[in-house]
Amino acid sequence: MEKRNKTTLSGKHFLSGDLACAEGAIAAGCRFFGGYPITPATEIAERMARRLPEVDGVYIQMEDEIGSIAAVIGASYTGKKAMTATSGPGFSLMQENIGLAVMTEAPLVIVNIMRGGPSTGQPTMPGQQDVMQARWGSHGDYEIIAIAPSSVQEMFDLTIECFNLAETYRVPVLLLADEIIGHMWEKVEIPPREEITIINRKKPKAQPKEYKPFKPAKNLVPPMACFGEGYRFHATGLTHDEDGKPQTVSVEEQNKLVKRLCDKIRKNAEDIIKVEEVTLEDAEVAVIAYGITSRAALSAVRKARKKKIKAGLLRLITIWPFPGKLVAEIAGKVKAIIVPEMNYGQLVREVERAAKTTPVFLLSKLGEEPHRPAEIVSAIEEVLK
Amino acid sequence: MRTEIRFAGFGGQGIIRSGLITSMAACIYSDKNAVQTQSYGPESRGGSCKSEVVIADTQIDFPKVDDPDILIIMSQAAYHKYAGAVKNGTTILVDPDMVRDRSDPTNAKTYDIPATKIAQKLGKTIVANVIMLGALAALTNIVSRKAMKEAILQNIPKGTEELNAAAFRKGYDYGKQLLKIDNS
Repeated sequence: MEKRNKTTLSGKHFLSGDLACAEGAIAAGCRFFGGYPITPATEIAERMARRLPEVDGVYIQMEDEIGSIAAVIGASYTGKKAMTATSGPGFSLMQENIGLAVMTEAPLVIVNIMRGGPSTGQPTMPGQQDVMQARWGSHGDYEIIAIAPSSVQEMFDLTIECFNLAETYRVPVLLLADEIIGHMWEKVEIPPREEITIINRKKPKAQPKEYKPFKPAKNLVPPMACFGEGYRFHATGLTHDEDGKPQTVSVEEQNKLVKRLCDKIRKNAEDIIKVEEVTLEDAEVAVIAYGITSRAALSAVRKARKKKIKAGLLRLITIWPFPGKLVAEIAGKVKAIIVPEMNYGQLVREVERAAKTTPVFLLSKLGEEPHRPAEIVSAIEEVLK
Repeated sequence: MRTEIRFAGFGGQGIIRSGLITSMAACIYSDKNAVQTQSYGPESRGGSCKSEVVIADTQIDFPKVDDPDILIIMSQAAYHKYAGAVKNGTTILVDPDMVRDRSDPTNAKTYDIPATKIAQKLGKTIVANVIMLGALAALTNIVSRKAMKEAILQNIPKGTEELNAAAFRKGYDYGKQLLKIDNS
């Protein structure tokens, strides 16, 4: 059953979400993991600790999550694909350095297996409570990419996607899963290695002397020379010019940099965003969901259709950048939108903003159990009354 | 066809492993889809613990158990929490020595499997879950005996194959015996 060589897995496997994430990272070419164990993300670290030495990679258990993300930024700058994995409290500790990764445009992947918060909350229980923190957790204006897997297969596939996006846009990319998905076991089909799309960061064509490390290409992303490749440059968390030199008082440089950091995501949003649409064409009610919640929503929409209710599902695979344009389009066609979330109302705000006058209903859930499909069916029936 | 199975007991009984084995038996050693989810507290031993398996011929949308077709109960707390209100025709497997205070639902079929006691006789209480899995394979048709056994052998430490095979056989035979009594 299990065909395994030293580099990547292929074939049919029975894995947990956390393990599939680690295997996806290895397949994507990740060769550095800096982390600190935390439930429910520990299994990712465990698997990486075992697997990375087999592929000549490096695993370091750091002193805490602040050190972990710092080490990942450093590893990324040496040219390695690098990642960390954590959950709520660890994700909070990482926020300052996530800003540093944004500012220095370090391609890297952060996995957050969301558990119940705030604070240490409920370590072994699921949540979707870090959705807004993922977007706004570090200070200052920035844009980030966050992806929400809903199956073990997607923990594999979308981890690769995270690395590809990080390398393309030189930005930290978040895999925002939840405890259920992380600890859930399912069959995973891993394609042969040559069928997996792998994207690597663009290298500069300029001679070392002419190289400007933060001069963007057409897509607003600067080609990246890595330490040890013969290019000398300076990377800093301070506002900097295209040379990488600090520009701490220039209004012009502040505008230029902050806007470019945001625009390289905003202007490429249509290429980045992935969603799944289910029976939305003639829908009177749309359910908008992501992660584990989207599987209950899918079941609910199918059940509603069997009852001749015109319901549809918009499953957000990409949460950030938020597909506001698409949500606005759908809002224009339906009578109401339902947003089931395992929090007390987060992404629903973004939906409301896009939906304008179309009524949006939050279906909140906290604690151990996700929404039951029947609860979502009832909500669909209720809003159509 | 969607079958929902819930294993419940306390941490340390192999509840989560049982779910894992059953789902692996279904999706790796049989040609079905299966998904296993789990729930436990921060204490890994002694706290309440459950493991849920959904098996289907088609793709599984909702991965959690909504209304179980099969319940495996290995503690008093689990019995109180899950065995009260079940749907008609649910199959319940109870370890009677772990559940003293009970009033079995009349709309379900309840089987007593003294898994812990049989395991003690084998010299290792730890294989009680494997005995339960044997009984489960005998009393239901969710997976074949062969598939369940192969999945068990994939999930145990080296050197314990004989013990686990014996435990599985004991549980399976016990289950078949109960079926005979049922049918007579």
